[in-house]
Amino acid sequence: MAKFSKSDGDVVVIIGSGAGGGVLGMELAMKGIKTVILEAGGRHGPQDFQNDEWGSFGQISWLDKRTTSGDWRVSRDFSGLPSWIVKAVGGSTLHWAGASLRFQPHEWKAKTTYGNVKGADLLDWPIDAKEMAPWYARAENHMGTTGTNGIPRLPGNNNYKVFAAGAKKMGYKQFHTGNMSINSQPRDGRGACAQIGFCFQGCKSGAKWSSGYVSIPKGEATGKLECRSNSQVLKIEHDKSGKVDGVVYADKDGKIHKQRARIVCVAGNSIESPRLLLNSESNMFKNGMANSSGQVGRNYMRHMTASTYAIFEKPVYFYRGTTMAGIIQDESRHDTSRGFVGGYELETLALGLPFMAAFLDPGQWGREFSASMEGYDHMAGLWIVGEDMPQASNRITLHKKIKDQHGMPVPNVNFSDHENDIKMRNHAWKQSIALYESVGATKTIKTPPYPSTHNLGTNRMSAKASDGVVNKYGQTWDIKNLFVSDGSQFTTGAAENPTLTIVALAMRQAKYIAKQMSSKAI
Amino acid sequence: MRVLNKKAISRRSFLKSGTVTALGLTVMGPMVIGKNNAWSATFKTIGADDAATLIQMARDTYPHDFLADRFYAKVIEGVEAQAGKDKAFKSMVGKELKKINSAAKKKYKANYKDINRELERVDILKSNEKSPLFQKIRGDLVVGLYNNKEVWPKFGYEGESASKGGYMSRGFNDIDWL
Repeated sequence: MAKFSKSDGDVVVIIGSGAGGGVLGMELAMKGIKTVILEAGGRHGPQDFQNDEWGSFGQISWLDKRTTSGDWRVSRDFSGLPSWIVKAVGGSTLHWAGASLRFQPHEWKAKTTYGNVKGADLLDWPIDAKEMAPWYARAENHMGTTGTNGIPRLPGNNNYKVFAAGAKKMGYKQFHTGNMSINSQPRDGRGACAQIGFCFQGCKSGAKWSSGYVSIPKGEATGKLECRSNSQVLKIEHDKSGKVDGVVYADKDGKIHKQRARIVCVAGNSIESPRLLLNSESNMFKNGMANSSGQVGRNYMRHMTASTYAIFEKPVYFYRGTTMAGIIQDESRHDTSRGFVGGYELETLALGLPFMAAFLDPGQWGREFSASMEGYDHMAGLWIVGEDMPQASNRITLHKKIKDQHGMPVPNVNFSDHENDIKMRNHAWKQSIALYESVGATKTIKTPPYPSTHNLGTNRMSAKASDGVVNKYGQTWDIKNLFVSDGSQFTTGAAENPTLTIVALAMRQAKYIAKQMSSKAI
Repeated sequence: MRVLNKKAISRRSFLKSGTVTALGLTVMGPMVIGKNNAWSATFKTIGADDAATLIQMARDTYPHDFLADRFYAKVIEGVEAQAGKDKAFKSMVGKELKKINSAAKKKYKANYKDINRELERVDILKSNEKSPLFQKIRGDLVVGLYNNKEVWPKFGYEGESASKGGYMSRGFNDIDWL
């Protein structure tokens, strides 16, 4: 395992170790490039993950102070917790369910496909399906995605069987147990899924791919990657010419350090990445770093989400086995006859009893609620995930008064649904309720969105410097040795779970960075 | 299909609850003594009467008829602990309970906990839904009640599974009624 000096100005510094940062670090190290990942959280692994929802939440969640505004219900019910993501080596790839879906070709071109949608700040990605295909293939191979590379799909659990029986009754055609980066058979030195459940709490068998215990150790094995945990970056610094030259970070005791760098890649998730750029203001960059377009922090997306839970006469025990055990893709098409642009996926989901109480209908009480809880073991459930409309006013800003434990302004997350999001959610609730009723549900519950797990946009990729923060390689328009390497690059969100795309983009970016370095362009 | 017997399991875990007494004989005691004025040993700061009212409020907030008072009392122990440390909090609790009782007396001619019908008690709670006391109790309960491992079997939730080898051979796909 490498250890680099803080005064070594030849290293590439990556801020964050999740799907983007962790994979980028591995790829760069494998190309022989000296790389330091600075991760704000600690290092955990299968040995100390907990099959305990609140216990795990306290262990790995990002719980630093944040504020919220806007009309979303999360702001009312969980005002200090806009997102449900991870502060640990591996980032939110510890918590993710494993769904690994490629964008549909038209989703790379949302503006062209959907046209002018009132109130939406749509843009086409400067890349397309053809360009991304080989990177998707490389990502699927690295992550061991089921349904690709000859890897069999996982067996369906009880929750999936209810879901699939309903899908058949509804006339849906495209449903199966998903493209999951969870080993269905031993692969890459990791065993097969034992249907433990608790996918959200860190996979105790290591069957689920995570950058934390899969990609980063591969990078470390080259001797070119150092992953420094408990190192929270507060500010990116630059030289007189305006190139970045290092970062300031706090260790776990709050002690301040500086790491010099040849290149800095920001991969702290769509709330922290723009926050860091905005907090890195200077005399030269008065509105924050890489923000000449004014786009840093804007067009925050979180996917159109919701859940439907259904109670049946007989038991289901939906928590047994993988948390996300299957998918219906028929509704992911773009078909405006449904009254909205874009589409959505239906994916099974189960929560344990403690989280079901917290999330089923936040704030609700009384006998109607407790009767639903008493139906817990007879429940089936699914998550709705669809494309939400980017809106410039949905954004991350710095709080004017509140500071974090290191004295840095905390981020405020402002979000309101677009009319298209609401129409899509209502359609998805209607379809999923019909699905469960078709197989005998006696009660159905519309559960509102959880704190965001898919945080996207806020440093978007664009063909023109005036429209976004980064170019087609995630390189900031303003500073050529500053990159964005996480989901904050997303121009639009598409309907699919974002991790596979984040990983594919990081792999593609690694090749570009290596080329730029060898040609001395940066 | 591996179906759990919720009653049998909960009885067994109850008998095993020798391990639970660390949390207090106080939790077990009142069940023997009876419902009213049985809490004086546990709730020294807020007092037995207010404790009984809070426990009834807790039950009415998330009513599960198969759960004994001790599960609700355990969450109210958090209110007791905070009241012991925080005078302003203690006086807020007392004041809010007075408000609730006076509303109860005015409308239903009895103190809150002595109103026999749940619908009538809930009616009083509804009009106090925004109060800091109700919000505190609801928030504590939604975590405290449903995260109590002792109640999980009663809801058919099995909890931790990794040490048992997951559900691969323990019914993850054994549904037989579809």
